[in-house]
Amino acid sequence: MAGPGPGKALPVRRRRRRSQWRGLLYIAPAMALVIVFFVMPVLFTGWMSLHNWPLLGSPRWIGFNNYFRMANDARFVSALRFTTYYTVIVTIAIFAVAFPLAIFVEKHRRFVGAYRTIIFLPVVVGLASASLLWVWLANVDSGFIGPALKALGLVEKSPNLLATFDSAFFTIIVMVVWKIAGFTMIILLTGLQAIPPELTEAARIDGADRWQRFRYLTLPLMRRTIALALIISVTGSILAFDQFYIMTSGGPQNRMISVVYYIFNQSFVSFNLGYGAALSIALLAILVIISVMQLRLLRIGEDRP
Amino acid sequence: MTLSKMNASMSLSRRRRARKAFRAESTYHATGVAIALFFLAPFAITLLASFRHGTEARLPPLPPWPASGISLDSYRSLDTFGAGVWQHTFNSLLVSLATVALTVAVSVLAGYGFSRYRFPLKNVLFVLIIATLMIPFQSILTPLFIILARLGLNNSLFGLTLVYVTLQLPFSVFMMRNAFDAVPKEIEEAARIDGARDLKLLFRVLMPLVLPGIATVAIFAFLNAWNEFLAALVLLSSNEKYTLPVLMMAVRAGRLGAVNWGAVQAGVAVMTLPCLVVFLLLQRYYMRGLMAGAVK
Repeated sequence: MAGPGPGKALPVRRRRRRSQWRGLLYIAPAMALVIVFFVMPVLFTGWMSLHNWPLLGSPRWIGFNNYFRMANDARFVSALRFTTYYTVIVTIAIFAVAFPLAIFVEKHRRFVGAYRTIIFLPVVVGLASASLLWVWLANVDSGFIGPALKALGLVEKSPNLLATFDSAFFTIIVMVVWKIAGFTMIILLTGLQAIPPELTEAARIDGADRWQRFRYLTLPLMRRTIALALIISVTGSILAFDQFYIMTSGGPQNRMISVVYYIFNQSFVSFNLGYGAALSIALLAILVIISVMQLRLLRIGEDRP
Repeated sequence: MTLSKMNASMSLSRRRRARKAFRAESTYHATGVAIALFFLAPFAITLLASFRHGTEARLPPLPPWPASGISLDSYRSLDTFGAGVWQHTFNSLLVSLATVALTVAVSVLAGYGFSRYRFPLKNVLFVLIIATLMIPFQSILTPLFIILARLGLNNSLFGLTLVYVTLQLPFSVFMMRNAFDAVPKEIEEAARIDGARDLKLLFRVLMPLVLPGIATVAIFAFLNAWNEFLAALVLLSSNEKYTLPVLMMAVRAGRLGAVNWGAVQAGVAVMTLPCLVVFLLLQRYYMRGLMAGAVK
């Protein structure tokens, strides 16, 4: 009597349930990888950070002692200070180069596509390869920069660029700008191209000069793009490692140890795995805070376009 | 009389304007060439210098081109490091291509699942995958090392590949889900009526339609795996397993305090050329990925 009702509903429900499982089946490999190689390691890092964890021998529970140690660790504080200094300087340098480049390649001229491609080329090679390339270019005897300056008669003796903190730091900044500016340029270019040409035209007719148009029209309209480029540059710079490891091995008088470099040293050179994990949690917290700020910053851009 | 004068002055002003435009054009391209030189020169100098004779390798590249004939000395001396440059190039290629294959396979399946099926916790799981972008992998290297050791994958190129695939997933799953979302449902329904279901539908009908997305995912996977340094440095411990960037650390350290700069130049050439070629050939797909990431 009531037969036809459930009889009709059943296959539909069964099919839906089966398709549910199928969906999970499709994403299972991705989930397995993310859980085994990301979620578990993150939880494990937190667990390790509460231990004295030597490479050999059994780990010993020490509560939050690693974190107390971190607060009094002068070398960690100086790594933090150096990383902040590097992040600020390199971000300013990248923008100072990338913004004019973006404006330069936004024009509709011949060969502009070629310029874009060439400026972008260093982005696709590895930071390790770029560091290696520039460590040779900056070498005092066999490199290019110093000997070329000498050959041009600009200096008397080829300078050893990587020997003092300031010149080594400057060389690394130039290398990173060379490597990254093309990327920031493309991001900024997408923002520039999104500005309706009628607006610029109207401002021109209203008598705004080039600087005024840039300051009061272009910059405000690009806030979201600039925020995005800024965030990518800042988060990338905080995680800097390759360039310091390869170009200066931590720099003159160990003054170029970035946070990631310090974690690397603690974990894989001194084998203080527990302490390294605590440092990693600190780094992770810093990055998550920045990511949250990033979302807020992008939202500000949305509210007031 | 006056008319001809006017004509003359007009053509004069036109000529002046043309001259001004020409000058602006030349200034623009002069600047462009200077900029292009700055970005291109390091590659050109290294590549040219790597073909100099072994005796010149120590000298500054002035001029950068091989002045006394082309030679492969630098590449030969690079070959004396580690297990030989062929072995390490092979390692790098193996890891990169395996990363590409696995990333594409895993992210196509996941993108299809997230785009076309409904299942419990779908949004939570998707956000979980994307959220891993926020956490730097540099901070979880130690546990990765220990987990890989437990799985018997320490010092293994396959273990390194799995880590690289995981690092690629947030971007790739996002890309592929969007690619599948962009395929009109009607196509799928038509194929369903013709009897194509699930995997068959995915491979026969949808795959060709999301090919551009796959190309983007593949390029990023290749470049990132080929270029990655820190994870390879930490996770690989025996000489013959090293990928190229790790091998180059031995070259950079030098022998008996002397760095063989010829080998450095050759190594940089070997490491950078594949990236440049891949990028130049598939630029369109690379830029698409970049824009997708930027818009997100």
